[in-house]
Amino acid sequence: MTGTYDLAVVGAGPAGVAGALSACLAGLDVVLIDGATSPGGQYFRGFGAPNRATPGSARFARQWETLTARAAVLLGHRVWAVEHTGDGFAVRCLEGDREERPRTVTARALLFATGAHDRPLPFPGWDLPGVLTAGGAQALLKGDLVVAGRRIVVAGTGPFLLPVATGLARAGADVRGVYEANGRLGLARHPLLTAGRAAEALGYGLGLARHRIPYLGRHAVIEAHGHDALTHVTVARLDAGWRPLATRTVECDTLAYGYGFVPQIELPVQLGCLTRQGTDGAPVVAVDAGMRASVPGVYAAGETTGVGGAPLAEAEGRLAGRAAAADLGRHVPPLPALSRRAARLSAFAAALARAYPVRQGWQDWLRDDTLVCRCEEVPLSAVREAVSLGARDARAVKLLARPGMGWCQGRMCGHVVAALVGDDPEPPRRPIAQPVRLGDLANASPQAPEPPGGPR
Amino acid sequence: MRPVDREFEITVDGVAVPVVPGQSVGAALHGAGIRSWRRTRREGRPRGLFCGIGVCFDCLVTVNGVPSLRACLTEARPGDRITTENER
Ligand SMILES: Cc1cc2nc3c(=O)[nH]c(=O)nc-3n(C[C@H](O)[C@H](O)[C@H](O)COP(=O)(O)OP(=O)(O)OC[C@H]3O[C@@H](n4cnc5c(N)ncnc54)[C@H](O)[C@@H]3O)c2cc1C
Ligand code: FES
Repeated sequence: MTGTYDLAVVGAGPAGVAGALSACLAGLDVVLIDGATSPGGQYFRGFGAPNRATPGSARFARQWETLTARAAVLLGHRVWAVEHTGDGFAVRCLEGDREERPRTVTARALLFATGAHDRPLPFPGWDLPGVLTAGGAQALLKGDLVVAGRRIVVAGTGPFLLPVATGLARAGADVRGVYEANGRLGLARHPLLTAGRAAEALGYGLGLARHRIPYLGRHAVIEAHGHDALTHVTVARLDAGWRPLATRTVECDTLAYGYGFVPQIELPVQLGCLTRQGTDGAPVVAVDAGMRASVPGVYAAGETTGVGGAPLAEAEGRLAGRAAAADLGRHVPPLPALSRRAARLSAFAAALARAYPVRQGWQDWLRDDTLVCRCEEVPLSAVREAVSLGARDARAVKLLARPGMGWCQGRMCGHVVAALVGDDPEPPRRPIAQPVRLGDLANASPQAPEPPGGPR
Repeated sequence: MRPVDREFEITVDGVAVPVVPGQSVGAALHGAGIRSWRRTRREGRPRGLFCGIGVCFDCLVTVNGVPSLRACLTEARPGDRITTENER
């Protein structure tokens, strides 16, 4: 064992686990790496817990069991950089959530299955404690068994708001309402139905009805109020372009909101992989039918190639794992049904993205002093001033007014600043994908040896 | 709820807070009704959890004297001492 794997997979969500498993079963020596201490990614977070009704958990649990018997698994390993080596790639990890032991894994091929994060929009008060992203509230519930609040408003756009609202209500929260900024498609026209997921759509509908949760289309939370924590929100009825028409107040201690997801693609971008614009405008890794990125030996699957949910992520992961094995000379019989399934799910994802776009009218919700960048506390007025000083694009605004220069490196506000200056969001250029202490950086020369005992 | 191993405690500014094994420091605080534990540098705005998955860096916290850890990603351990920037 030289310590170099055939394939390193980053991300243990549905895409990464399916990819790693398919590659193993096709004969590759695989290592799967995830920063979290347990597998599952965002969808299957806490999948091992009983009473968790996440559809597909049992199947995921079987995949996980089969995989751990065949592949190396490095949980609690955050990948902060990836580099080309002579004949493959070096994956720089930090082990542990506080100790940060550096560790380098080498592999001939890489599969990025790093998922996505919520896409929040700014509005006055969006940084008040008690305002959470919808995914954040879901993560608290699924992963930590913590109900995000007592009286909760759910808002934003997209079908993801429905499982968030019903999950919180089932866990005992008083969900005051679900405010969908786009039109609330009647169940009969809902894209879930056309994708053959009628039971899922019906389940959410029943869940909302059982808990008497109002579900309103063309409504949004446009302001959050409170002194040191959230006490109420302003809900607006919107026109088709999302400009507010009429407002009212809803009392709540928690807001869970999100306007879709942003794929996390900084690692493939570090290697020079080409990106393309996804259906919702966010940059995604450009891949071929075998999930091959533009850099030979690099594959991407799941949300990194376009937001599409867990079933598509799994199908893409399998395609990627099989392509990686075939490209490394293993015999992999064709599986046209899998490609058809991925194509069908991906068409469904594109239909959803078109049904739940982000419309420009949200910019009317902002005031001069509304923070655009939470980290550097950059208000809208500073962004506007930078533009009046001649900043033509998001990058120039960033240099002048510093939005996106703080801890989160623009993850929360990059798309916002781009929209404010009329740009499309750019692929993220972050040489360091995870915070690293300076000592670890110095230790990580490309020749840094494996710790004794090799990567297992 | 998960039939879990026994709960343990951490302290937040000296006050005990219960933790279910596996919970993050941020989840334990949020679950105990502590919504913020940090103040921003410029305007002193209170901050706690926002993204919940380690991308926004709002939830930075000091654990056992180690500053700037993401509370949402840091799994709580028995006896952890959390210090906040909240007024006491
Ligand atoms: C907070 C959140 C909650 C969500 N909850 C749900 C839900 O309840 N239901 C639903 O249908 N959809 C949910 N989604 C949508 C979700 O994106 C998809 O359902 C699905 O999980 C995507 O699968 P994936 O394999 O592409 O990525 P993910 O499941 O996101 O898995 C990506 C994995 O990569 C790891 N990772 C990322 N970067 C690094 C790095 N640098 N180093 C090491 N590891 C890394 C992460 O820890 C994660 O485990 C949620 C999304 C978010 C952001
Ligand atoms: S809540 Fe966003 S990083 Fe912890």
